[in-house]
Amino acid sequence: MTLNHLNELYREVILDHRRNPRNNAYLKDSTVCGRAINPFCGDEVHIQIQISQNSDITCVGLQSEGCSINVASGSMLTEAIIHKNTNQVKDIINNIRLMMQGDTKGEINLSQENGDILNLVAVRDYPIRIKCALLALRALDDALSKMYGI
Amino acid sequence: MLDVKKIRSDFPVLSKTIYGGKPLIWLDTAATSQKPRSVIQAIVDYYEGYNANVHRGVHALSIESTDAFEAARKKVADFIGSPTSENIVWTRNATESINLVANTWGKANISPGDEILITAMEHHSNLVPWQQLAREKEAKLRIIPLTDDHQLDLGNIDELINQSTKLLSIVHKSNSVGTLNPVKRLTAMAHSMGATVLVDGSQSTPHMPIDVMDIDCDFFAFSGHKMVGPTGIGVLYGKSEILESMDPFLRGGEMVLEVTYQDASWSDVPLRFEAGTPNIAGAVGLGAAIDYLDKIGMQNIYDHDVALTEYALEAFKELEEELTIYGPADPEKRSGIVSFHHPNVHPHDMGTVLDRRGIAIRTGHHCTMPLVRSLGVPATARASFYLYNDNHDIDELVDGVKEALRYFRNDSQPS
Repeated sequence: MTLNHLNELYREVILDHRRNPRNNAYLKDSTVCGRAINPFCGDEVHIQIQISQNSDITCVGLQSEGCSINVASGSMLTEAIIHKNTNQVKDIINNIRLMMQGDTKGEINLSQENGDILNLVAVRDYPIRIKCALLALRALDDALSKMYGI
Repeated sequence: MLDVKKIRSDFPVLSKTIYGGKPLIWLDTAATSQKPRSVIQAIVDYYEGYNANVHRGVHALSIESTDAFEAARKKVADFIGSPTSENIVWTRNATESINLVANTWGKANISPGDEILITAMEHHSNLVPWQQLAREKEAKLRIIPLTDDHQLDLGNIDELINQSTKLLSIVHKSNSVGTLNPVKRLTAMAHSMGATVLVDGSQSTPHMPIDVMDIDCDFFAFSGHKMVGPTGIGVLYGKSEILESMDPFLRGGEMVLEVTYQDASWSDVPLRFEAGTPNIAGAVGLGAAIDYLDKIGMQNIYDHDVALTEYALEAFKELEEELTIYGPADPEKRSGIVSFHHPNVHPHDMGTVLDRRGIAIRTGHHCTMPLVRSLGVPATARASFYLYNDNHDIDELVDGVKEALRYFRNDSQPS
């Protein structure tokens, strides 16, 4: 029973992203950087984004210091946003938040996105861990707000 | 030997099951303790029987509530060896007690160039107020470093405590690694240089006999909720001559002697520091908590904590090649708290695995961010024990830790 529950949260795909975080290298020539910390647990995420003149994300680097949910969600997020226009990225951010709030619209929209991001739906059943899954998102928010002032 | 089974039956929440029938195992007392029925009932009795504001009315209920409120103050005084009730100031918690001292005594007595000395294992509540005061007053905040096994490194203490030291503010027992500090000896050293001493007793007061006269500290701070009492009630003990020299912290009702439109004079100690309607139910509840602890005996509770810690350190030995356990190896020097870390299992993941087995531990930096950073890890997992825990709880903890290690065995730490 216990293990089954845990398997739901720690799906193999989540553990895989934790073992091998994608786009993990620090991006030296970024257009903008973002950072988020969770003051309650000390977890930290740094993100660097390269944005082209027509607002496409051409390259991304993300480094997480924290638990497996934090590391995996950051890794999945980079897969979802790379080569996307920043307007599309804002939709992705919104859809992840909706999914975590239990709104199926978020899930449906995210099923169209690249990579494994939809798997984060498992975290929703562990409300205390949702903040771990959203830390990378907050770092991305931080970067985009520096860029666009929103 | 404590009768843990009987003690457990006094705590209603400990009969709860979670996640489909798993008995709750509470190993998070260092964050907050559970409450016995007698404490809960004392609060109900107050609200149902004699709810009235204190020190104000002439009517029967006000007299009754004032008597109960002041009787609780007397219990606190006796519990920590304070000479009188007048040395006991009610606050919300230890954090507020320390902030009270920083904002009154600290602002009046710390000058540019003075030194405030704390330790590297302080909770943020005994770090941030002094850090900010030092900045404001251009004073210097100095830190007593730690040894490799997280005891105070006193090698350089003769230099650290010097003529410029105005305040030594030191934690009695570390909330992160459990180390017990030699507060009596350090108080004597600080006094010999003319410094004032505050002891943060948040983790020690619930777990061992306290005698503030013996320690001889000038201030002693603790919270009610970690010692089977309610949240929202805390204590500041102060020596009379120092409390009497201090200005009020907050201003308003209750703390004044005489008020005109242009002026006010202050009440005597301790009411001078208790502006506004206090947490009467909380004080009454803390009084009941002290009755409960006194009945069991603080020395018995201390011995029980040490025995549990010894058992836990022994039980964790089979994992010692994989697991880092922080703090001194001697259970007498680190009672009641075991903080640990595994390189492949982040403490949050450890916490989630244990939680699903019904075991509550704390994971994170435990409000000691600089200390946990100095360990070179982002966070630790912390199990803390109290009078309602037994060896079975520790067996369950170790089984849970093993399960987490098995689960994440093939994972390497993400870079």
